[in-house]
Amino acid sequence: MEQMKIRYDARGLAEPDAQAPGTASIETVAADGAEAAFRKAVFDAEELTTRQINLELRRLVYDEGVTDVTMLNPGAKHSIAVGILARCKITIGGSLGYFGCGLIDGPEIHITGRVGWSVAENMMSGVIVVDKNAGSLAGAALRGGDVVVRGDVGARTGIDQKGGTIIVGGNAGMMTGFMLQRGRMIILGDVGPGLGDSMYDGVIYVGGKVASLGVDCVEDELAEADHEVLDRKLRIYGMEPPGAFRKFVCGRKLWNYDNLEPAERKLVL
Amino acid sequence: MCGIAGIIHRDGPGDIGTEMTRMLQSMKHRGPDSSGFALYGPPDELMVMRLKLADPNEARDFGWSERMERHRNEIEHRLAKIGAMVDLVQGDQEYAYRVKFRYSGDLKALADYVEDVPGCEVLSLGHSLEIIKDLSDAESVADRYHLLGFTGSHAIGHVRMATESDVDIAGAHPYWAYPFSDIAVVHNGQLTNYHMWRRRLERLGHRFQSECDSEIIAVYLAQKMDDGLSLETAMKQSLDELDGVFTYLVVTADALGVAKDEMAAKPLVLYESPQLVALASEEVAIRAVIGHEIDTHDPYEREVLVWSR
Repeated sequence: MEQMKIRYDARGLAEPDAQAPGTASIETVAADGAEAAFRKAVFDAEELTTRQINLELRRLVYDEGVTDVTMLNPGAKHSIAVGILARCKITIGGSLGYFGCGLIDGPEIHITGRVGWSVAENMMSGVIVVDKNAGSLAGAALRGGDVVVRGDVGARTGIDQKGGTIIVGGNAGMMTGFMLQRGRMIILGDVGPGLGDSMYDGVIYVGGKVASLGVDCVEDELAEADHEVLDRKLRIYGMEPPGAFRKFVCGRKLWNYDNLEPAERKLVL
Repeated sequence: MCGIAGIIHRDGPGDIGTEMTRMLQSMKHRGPDSSGFALYGPPDELMVMRLKLADPNEARDFGWSERMERHRNEIEHRLAKIGAMVDLVQGDQEYAYRVKFRYSGDLKALADYVEDVPGCEVLSLGHSLEIIKDLSDAESVADRYHLLGFTGSHAIGHVRMATESDVDIAGAHPYWAYPFSDIAVVHNGQLTNYHMWRRRLERLGHRFQSECDSEIIAVYLAQKMDDGLSLETAMKQSLDELDGVFTYLVVTADALGVAKDEMAAKPLVLYESPQLVALASEEVAIRAVIGHEIDTHDPYEREVLVWSR
């Protein structure tokens, strides 16, 4: 486990002249019935730096036309698999550190370990499935696609979410759905204090206990359409639904906060 | 930003010097200003004291080396005068020393008397705790103070990005809980009621060597334990009495504890096995000392956890 020496340029940019290492082994999988031929690749990230890993991913997806990449031993490094803007399948065999899979548009990513803070930040479309736990801020500012965490997540999951779906198989920490603006969150376990604090819109489904609701978050009744969405989403990812769901939405009292009388403002907060 | 790390062996001592160096070095990007270690070697009936006489980055005039020598002699003289039988004085640097001595009197009297020597700060005092802190990254500090191969049961460490106070040894973590034996703290965050607690603790007679908010946590906890509370109870009270954002690690002669504030604003990743517990601001630090694939999780807000060796 030799520590890697990372070079910085005068502006503080890490590895300014890094190159894709080109260590991946690529094979072409022949067409099989309805499935067309495609190229798949596998590479080991253990000895590579963050920049090298991301450059190798880009080389494979953009230059080599690979649509199925497997990365081994990411070793909880930060900022891995970010900014990939193409339809492809990426399997990450291990755990990621902070800011994993951010700013992506299209990929279908499966992570067999856990992820740190801010996974899938600002993701536009695609799917991320994390087999174990996630840190805080999972799916921050998510715009679209599905983020699935089969384990527990930390605090402020889906902060500033503007679309898409976040599904959590375990428990979630405090301030889940903080400033949620659009999209939906499905939490199968318990949630911490301040659920849906200052949410503008969107919907949060909770299967377990709710420690407390945040400002301007209210409980609503589940309609037929809600059950349909929940059944479909959980079926896709093979997750067991809990006994019953509760649904939480915006109370809309903060929408016109400026027009409220001082006494009314106190009631809202 | 700062990075913190802790490790405790549950099945006998390990090479905590090397382990903590690796953990801290892997988080160098979180704080390159200074690095610090609080290491617990095998408990000894002798006391061990780490102290510094000057800062490495202060301007050195012509008489600097002689002055260091004179101050070191003065400290040995004062230790003898207050009733400590000095066994060993080791100087890893001209300005930083490790002293072993036999002493059974009041620690506060001893620490105050030693710190009365100009420029001197007692970094740690106890029967097994040794705090080593200096400027630059963890590998350089470990190299300068010969920490690789330091055997012990548990340790905490810190890499610092200075935000609230100066880049010097006084501002570096871990902080010893002056004047209580074998207690130290590292902290990631900011305390907003620092001045109030500092005044309260100063009224009880405690001294503070830096302007760093983290320094009060160690003294705060040690004072509570001195008042009869358990470590865990003291830490739980800190969640309500300390304001701001914090994740801190605290070590005593036989335990390692962690507490997170109610906003869960500062990160912490935890790995537990029957052999050891390792925790750090980032998972890369834990992986730097564990060779196999591991499962980790993040403790939630207001969590207080304590492990004993």
